[in-house]
Amino acid sequence: MEKFHTVTGLVAPLDRANVDTDAIIPKQFLKSIKRSGFGQNLFDEWRYLDHGEPGMDPIKRQPNPEFVLNQPRYQGAQILLARANFGCGSSREHAPWSLQDFGFRVIIAPSFADIFFNNCFKIGLLPIILDATVLDRLFEEVKSTAGYCLTVDLQKQTVVTPKNEAFGFTVDAFRKHCLVNGLDEIGLTLQHTEKIKQFEQKRRTEQPWLFM
Amino acid sequence: MQTLYDKLWNQHVVHAESAEPDSMTLIYIDRHLVHEVTSPQAFESLKLAGRKPWRLDSILAVADHNVPTTDRSHGIHDPISRLQVDTLDQNCDELGITEFKMQDLRQGIVHVIGPEQGATLPGMTVVCGDSHTSTHGAFGCLAFGIGTSEVEHVLATQCLLMKKSKAMRISVDGKLGLGITAKDIALAIIGEIGTAGGTGYAIEFSGSAIRALSMEGRMTLCNMAIEAGARAGMVAVDDTTIDYIKGRPFAPQGELWGRAVAYWRTLHSDNDAIFDRTVVLDAAQIKPQVTWGTSPEMVTTIDGAVPDPALISDEVKRHDMQQALNYMGLYANTPIQQITLDKVFIGSCTNSRIEDLRAAAHVVKGKHVAVNIKQALVVPGSGLVKKQAEQEGLDQIFLAAGFEWREPGCSMCLAMNDDRLTAGERCASTSNRNFEGRQGPGGRTHLVSPAMAAAAAIAGHFVDVRKIGG
Ligand code: SF4
Repeated sequence: MEKFHTVTGLVAPLDRANVDTDAIIPKQFLKSIKRSGFGQNLFDEWRYLDHGEPGMDPIKRQPNPEFVLNQPRYQGAQILLARANFGCGSSREHAPWSLQDFGFRVIIAPSFADIFFNNCFKIGLLPIILDATVLDRLFEEVKSTAGYCLTVDLQKQTVVTPKNEAFGFTVDAFRKHCLVNGLDEIGLTLQHTEKIKQFEQKRRTEQPWLFM
Repeated sequence: MQTLYDKLWNQHVVHAESAEPDSMTLIYIDRHLVHEVTSPQAFESLKLAGRKPWRLDSILAVADHNVPTTDRSHGIHDPISRLQVDTLDQNCDELGITEFKMQDLRQGIVHVIGPEQGATLPGMTVVCGDSHTSTHGAFGCLAFGIGTSEVEHVLATQCLLMKKSKAMRISVDGKLGLGITAKDIALAIIGEIGTAGGTGYAIEFSGSAIRALSMEGRMTLCNMAIEAGARAGMVAVDDTTIDYIKGRPFAPQGELWGRAVAYWRTLHSDNDAIFDRTVVLDAAQIKPQVTWGTSPEMVTTIDGAVPDPALISDEVKRHDMQQALNYMGLYANTPIQQITLDKVFIGSCTNSRIEDLRAAAHVVKGKHVAVNIKQALVVPGSGLVKKQAEQEGLDQIFLAAGFEWREPGCSMCLAMNDDRLTAGERCASTSNRNFEGRQGPGGRTHLVSPAMAAAAAIAGHFVDVRKIGG
């Protein structure tokens, strides 16, 4: 996993609550057995006017000019502002994969669905929870200011506006440690191999019916 | 004074990063269910890292999302779907993982076959790369969906790194009215607490109305815990649980059975257990539920009407509601019973078990689907459910009424195979998600119980199943 320190990037606003993972990456694209290439179909049904299927050439498709990510001013955005309960629905990791593949490194919302939130950390995409009132303000500022950028400093746990206003956020210490150092969680867990084996042995003796 | 969730959690702690209650914790996983959509990348990375699955006998695999529900003797014609199913078969064959292949009678939706085989047992931790893994919590186990990186993590280490959730109790007391099912309870709960109401919680469903539910009903309820935002839903073990498990292929037998049951009987919340949040519903007040929007919380009762966004003061909410009505092609204040339908889907891991099919067959028996219904599908949850239904003659009832009787799989729940809605089509569905495009691009989904879906198929529009003797 890539190390995460600070990101200063263009911000795009997705002003909609309860954005579900079916909307983030529709199911026809889940048929891929690869981990990459999902960015071109991020928000497919909102982003394009024609219906998307795997294998289509994005150049030949009809973008929906109304959709926020298609507006020229948000091209190259790395930070997504979202509303409550972002990422609800299925457990598909394809949702964070597609956001990351598209170019996003940070998602800021007042709340996230549990599985999505968790999945983001596993791939080095940072989900940040800020107060709904703070988000209301950020949404306003982004919409009224062309080229609006934010700086996200994971080490200091702050989101800093162009006017140098800083909003603190919380992040679990262990998750932060993994992100900052780009650590492989499986590798970390395997450092506990002996403990896992002991636990398993005890369980096998106490509840042998679980091992059949 | 522990909750059921505390007991299940404590039983599985291998290591905690710190002594804080919200510390990252290494949790041991007893059962790992695998399907074709969320596993290929996990198997691939596992292989690239030169690792092997930690414990093969904990894994059970099945292809369900992409499989055709029509004649399977010619395989899968969509090459991309076929590749995904073939990839699962190959991975399982190579590694020696037990898999029910497409032609196997035991094949079906992963959340139907786990319990059906007795592979889901009380006291277990059960995971699957699928959010509806919450279903298995009906057996007094800790079951939740995981992402693909976590699938790989469980394959490699038999553990998961996670934080303990808060505990919520949802108590449903009293007696359900005639024709009211677990699906109506689930939707009524989501209507009450919202789709984010359970975020950060593990929910225990309790109360006399829950105790009175069959295992099928409890699975329907726990299945939809994720739709209330909770990663896990659960119900305490009782005689109903134990009777269901007895004799199933993966269940313990002989001397072990007695030992297992003695332990399972301890799997309930203590009387004085403290929950972070408690919600109480009166079973007698629950009416048949129908969703009108594009989120399961956008739900009302069969005697209700499509709500009016103009009456909503919160701007974001009003906007979402208007957007949902536009997508659904509905107008404010339209009575639910005047909504006419194009298709009906009875199936999915929420409602495709034998009881669901019996309830639907009971409603359609001797009747015929309305002329405006272009397609009415019944998709059993597994090959064994299908066989059982056929032995009871349910297939004949459905076929005579103009329904199609299909092979098991996820089917039109998410339309990854050929079963789908076309743009603008409106469907009464027994599945769990009414998101935009879920059942096909531009398709419009209304979530209901099997009896309500069956009644709607016959009438051509929503009707109150209580009035037709469902
Ligand atoms: S039936 Fe639907 S919700 Fe259930 S596992 Fe299949 S696709 Fe997911």
